[in-house]
Amino acid sequence: MSAPSILDRSLTDLSLALSRSEVSAEEITRACLARIEETDGRIHAFLRVAPERSIAAARASDARRARGEARSRLDGVPIALKDIFLTRGLETTAGSRILEGFVPPFDATVVERLEAAGAVVVGKLNMDEFAMGSSNENSAYGPCRNPWDLERTPGGSSGGSAAAVAARQVFGAFGTDTGGSIRQPASLCGVVGVKPTYGRVSRYGVIAFASSLDQVGPIARTVPDAAALLGAVAGHDPRDQTSSTLPVPDYLAGLEGGARGLRIGVPREWMQGGSEAGVERRVREALSAYQAMGATLVDVELPHSRYGVAAYYLVAPAEASSNLARYDGVRFGLRAPARALSEMYGETRDRGFGAEPKRRIMLGTYALSAGYYDAYYLRAQKVRTLVRRDFDRAFERCDLVAGPVSPTVAFRLGEKLADPLQMYLADVFTISCNLAALPGLSVPAGLHPESLLPVGLQLVGRPFDEATLLRAARALEREMGPAPAPEAAG
Amino acid sequence: MALSTEEVRRIAALARLRLSPEEETRLAGELSAILDYVRQLEELDVSAVEPMTHALAAGETPFRVDEVLPGLPLDEALANAPARAGNCFQVPRIIE
Repeated sequence: MSAPSILDRSLTDLSLALSRSEVSAEEITRACLARIEETDGRIHAFLRVAPERSIAAARASDARRARGEARSRLDGVPIALKDIFLTRGLETTAGSRILEGFVPPFDATVVERLEAAGAVVVGKLNMDEFAMGSSNENSAYGPCRNPWDLERTPGGSSGGSAAAVAARQVFGAFGTDTGGSIRQPASLCGVVGVKPTYGRVSRYGVIAFASSLDQVGPIARTVPDAAALLGAVAGHDPRDQTSSTLPVPDYLAGLEGGARGLRIGVPREWMQGGSEAGVERRVREALSAYQAMGATLVDVELPHSRYGVAAYYLVAPAEASSNLARYDGVRFGLRAPARALSEMYGETRDRGFGAEPKRRIMLGTYALSAGYYDAYYLRAQKVRTLVRRDFDRAFERCDLVAGPVSPTVAFRLGEKLADPLQMYLADVFTISCNLAALPGLSVPAGLHPESLLPVGLQLVGRPFDEATLLRAARALEREMGPAPAPEAAG
Repeated sequence: MALSTEEVRRIAALARLRLSPEEETRLAGELSAILDYVRQLEELDVSAVEPMTHALAAGETPFRVDEVLPGLPLDEALANAPARAGNCFQVPRIIE
């Protein structure tokens, strides 16, 4: 099999081809680099491509295989990382000018584990600045475009990650999800995106946005691909105090178990006409498909989910205002010239941060400031408890809940830029999963009947029950057949 | 709830952000709109609700053993410094 023809296959297929020596890691890495070269001028999924580094890694992988010492099913597989993961010796910016030129002195745990598994990191992916955004338009380095329609956004904040996987530039990618930043772009680009339970994947070396909500997860072309990528990085890390010590199951083991017997909760609040008609139609069809496969649909209620966006836009900016205090021009990143220290802080942060981080730093500082803490931050944290209780109650009657990921298909560049609140509402269905610290994913549910743009189905599960979510997503994926690929990329 | 530009300036000072007059005006409007939106949380009676201060249950995330581990070598820790003086990060004067 030739390397270019493998580019359109899944990571799982590539893994098999590598193990049978039908293709070498170097050949497939060069094919990915050529594909990026050919398509990324239009898509701009990558902020940085690392050709020499990736070819050296691919050669090392081939040498291991020749000795019969392949490290894992990911050995020799080209992947890419959202530019929020610290990569030792490779510039990392989080999509911000304030970190332009920053070369991390250490790797994120996720990067360490992927490289230990033999994966080949070909580059760093575009994103909204500090992961703040739902369209990738807040990147300081220019927006990424949706491979399905170059006039539309890929979603965000992990827009580059979803676009690169959809455009067949790499076989998988990692992103982060604070309010929907993996699931929403996966949905808008027609790929699979998994936000694991808070604490399932280490956040060490991941540039922090909102520390009680941020979680790392894979974006891939198929559910088995996503399961393999998640399995490679999940598990306890002593360097992240919030990482769970619960054992990691083999996500591939029960993957083909089907949907028979599953009780799927359908939250009334998610299906009340809050989505455009074509999205709701595909979601309902997916639910019917589950019934046909032997699952039971159960009506459930998440009465506090409608307060999710409001609670999120207090908790996340509050935590961001604290996390982003470290960008002060002292130890790394941009430093604006100034005569005195206080002037240096203000100038550096004025020049280094774009409009969205400034807005959120201001909002968060306000919500935490003297006299307002109880009314805003503390109240929002209490509402979080209510959101979580809704899910706990629903999970007494079902194994997972299902609904739309995004109320719309991919929107046009510029469409929501003028009104921050409209952009925030793009995450209306994904945010409660983060607030409740639960696992969620997006799996392709077909194309919108008119625009022919991808629609994703969201599944949210019990804490640390990623396995059930992946099994259910796999059942739908098999039922629907191979997800279509975009043409605009070619 | 309308936020005044004076209030915006006060918050910007707390956040160590230097804003232009245009930014102050724009942010006053945008932050007011967002604060109006989040006011819907006031509809809920949360007087008897505990805040979710931790995403994970107690005991799921034990402390690590308190032992000395190697840290970054000095030169690597200082490699990204905008200005360095010996083994220190150099900054502009603090007192005028």
